[in-house]
Amino acid sequence: MSGALVSPDLFTLCKVLITGIMKIQSDAILAGAPVGSPVEPLRGVAYFLMEDWFLTLNAWMIAITIMVTWAAAIQLLTLMWMERKFYSRLQDRYGIMISIWSLPFWPFSWWAQRRNKPTHRGLGYLQNVADGVKLLQKENITPANADSAMFHTAPVLIASSTVMIFAALPFSEGFVIANMPMSLLFILAAFSLAPLGILIAGWASNNKYSLIGGMRAAAQLMAYEIPLLLAVIAVLVYAGTLNVIDIVAKQETLLASVGPIPIPNWNVFSIPQFIGFAVFATAMMAEMERIPFDIPEAEAELVEGWLTEYSGMRFGLVFGFKWMRALAGSALVVILYFGGWSGPVFVTLTPSVGGTVVPIPIPPHEVWFLLKVYFLYLVFVWVSWSVPRVRIDQILNIGWKRLIPLALLAILLAASFVALGPALGGIR
Amino acid sequence: MAEFWVNMGPQHPMTHGLWNMRVKIDGETITDAEPEIGYLHRGYEKIMEVREFQKNVVLTDRLCYVSSITWSHAYCLACEKIMDVEVPPRGQWIRVIALELQRVASHLMWLAAYGPDLGLLTGLLWALRERELFLDLLQLLTGARMNQNFPRIGGVRNDLPPDFDKYCFKVIKHFREKMSEYERLFQDSKIFLMRTQGVGKISLADAIDWGVTGPNLRACGMDVDLRRLEPYEAYPEVEFEPQVWRGGDGGDSYARFMCRFNELRESCSIIEQAVKKAPSGAYRAKAPRRAEGEGFARTEDSRGEALFYVIGDGDDRPYRVKIRSPVFCTMAATPIMLRGNKMADVVSILGSVDVCVGEMDK
Repeated sequence: MSGALVSPDLFTLCKVLITGIMKIQSDAILAGAPVGSPVEPLRGVAYFLMEDWFLTLNAWMIAITIMVTWAAAIQLLTLMWMERKFYSRLQDRYGIMISIWSLPFWPFSWWAQRRNKPTHRGLGYLQNVADGVKLLQKENITPANADSAMFHTAPVLIASSTVMIFAALPFSEGFVIANMPMSLLFILAAFSLAPLGILIAGWASNNKYSLIGGMRAAAQLMAYEIPLLLAVIAVLVYAGTLNVIDIVAKQETLLASVGPIPIPNWNVFSIPQFIGFAVFATAMMAEMERIPFDIPEAEAELVEGWLTEYSGMRFGLVFGFKWMRALAGSALVVILYFGGWSGPVFVTLTPSVGGTVVPIPIPPHEVWFLLKVYFLYLVFVWVSWSVPRVRIDQILNIGWKRLIPLALLAILLAASFVALGPALGGIR
Repeated sequence: MAEFWVNMGPQHPMTHGLWNMRVKIDGETITDAEPEIGYLHRGYEKIMEVREFQKNVVLTDRLCYVSSITWSHAYCLACEKIMDVEVPPRGQWIRVIALELQRVASHLMWLAAYGPDLGLLTGLLWALRERELFLDLLQLLTGARMNQNFPRIGGVRNDLPPDFDKYCFKVIKHFREKMSEYERLFQDSKIFLMRTQGVGKISLADAIDWGVTGPNLRACGMDVDLRRLEPYEAYPEVEFEPQVWRGGDGGDSYARFMCRFNELRESCSIIEQAVKKAPSGAYRAKAPRRAEGEGFARTEDSRGEALFYVIGDGDDRPYRVKIRSPVFCTMAATPIMLRGNKMADVVSILGSVDVCVGEMDK
């Protein structure tokens, strides 16, 4: 039973969509330029529009646009809003409260005044948009002695490598741009490109705080990237594939039933993978630069760390893309350990659209996936706003002395359970 | 990496006020440090020579904006010694109440600032939330949240407002519940212990040599509290325990944190006792306008030993005023605490000694 709303995949849907649109245009041109009329050469355009390679190209571009808009605009803003609202409540305050009625121009101000609406007591979702607009208006300053080319390359490198993750990161088995056989490897590789950008930014800014921040990012990379990958290897021993969609498919089976409650075969419910999950989640906090491990931009001692010299939207870009990395990180944890988008589908509606039956699962897999990602992200936020920041030597200690041995233990256990599983009574 | 100097200030998120801490770092390790102060020098000692004794209280309020009453009280105490004025018992008890309220407010401000120093912004907002309650009490008592101008030479400005004891008990009861919440946020956190224990150590001998006083010296394991050793006001009749680090091998950030943190509890119990014990009667004695002689008073400020030395020459203004600021002396000892630590610890060490630039630069 397929439970995804986007099925069979995003590209196919886009292809159907673009074929329909192009067909209408092509038919209109063909009707408007009959054979023998003075505009007959236009028929060539109509045939061009229906060329398969042209449709494929367009379908890819639409799929990529949908994914980037979805991830960068909608999910980024949602995650920022969730974090700001959540830690505000943690700190006993309301947090952001800008609403659409706070806009100071017609018709919103007029309507708010007329209906006596509280203008600054909304949910606050628009605050991040307002912050973005503010940053867009600000001047981009390049420090006098900065290495200008590198200084301007670094944000592009960070932002583009972050967007690259979403080329392979699925939101359901269909909602993915490129379903490649080694997508997990691709995601992790794209993930670890950003610290290079941070190092470049720290060096090129010609600022002592930035330099220290960049060097810290490089040192920190060594501490968390290795346990992160080792923990993934333990998952691979169980899954036997590097394709994230297949990894989730492996977890969709039933582990056991407690009365009427079925317990799915999630990776986190096995002994070695639980150890791996602890390691992976800790390393992911460092990967996301969340508070216990946000030492490259420790604002207490390094002003803003490697970000210090960036201003305007360039600052906004590198600062905001932290949330996209947080989204990707949470999504990865959910995919690897929490069964991805698998979840019960209670009802499947089957409306008939133009003669074809379209099954609509409720709730669809995309919703399950996002719910899990949001929940996990809130746990990350919760942790990061309740603990102080660790020191650079301490994160190296944590990484090398705790996480790597634990990850190796997870691999050992996973391998021996897979090899000797039947002999040990199916332990996992 | 070669060694180089990094300026932590004067415009830096670390600085609690306008000053500069230059640190020389080798990679991440601090090899040398050099506090640069004086950005906020206002020439207090000189200004006070041209103002009348009573009017100087307004100035001394502004020495430290988070601990106004303790400073103006120290000044009043010195002036009372020149003028031979005896403060009536009720005035003394009201002073104790005001001093301890101010101490709690000041320590909460320190706790609030210590959170972000370690990267824990939640601590800031939680501590400021409870500080608000004590500021409300101070407002009830004195009419102002900041720069209260409350002590007078010869007593205090006004009597306790009606039902003040009820409000005090209510706030303190609430605050005690919240203290256990802070404990869970700070002391129970493993990362907090990692960041504070064994960091910023100063030996007892060094601390005494450099003139470190107050909670910072008590954190080294020495039982010094001027409220006990050289009691002023009604403190001899108050039961309290000076908070000294007894764990041995103190003098680090954690010991300083614990001393200050436990002082919050002690101050609360002092306030409770003082509100109960305050006798009725006059709260202020008449003080002469002119004075001749030397007055010397030292009190236990929130940050250490505050000292006022006032000379009067028979005029209505002091001839000379000398202020000893505890933070000024502590600041001289900070390079000892910093050396050998990591760069990230500059902030947490300086946060733990509780810097107030207003009084440091005078």
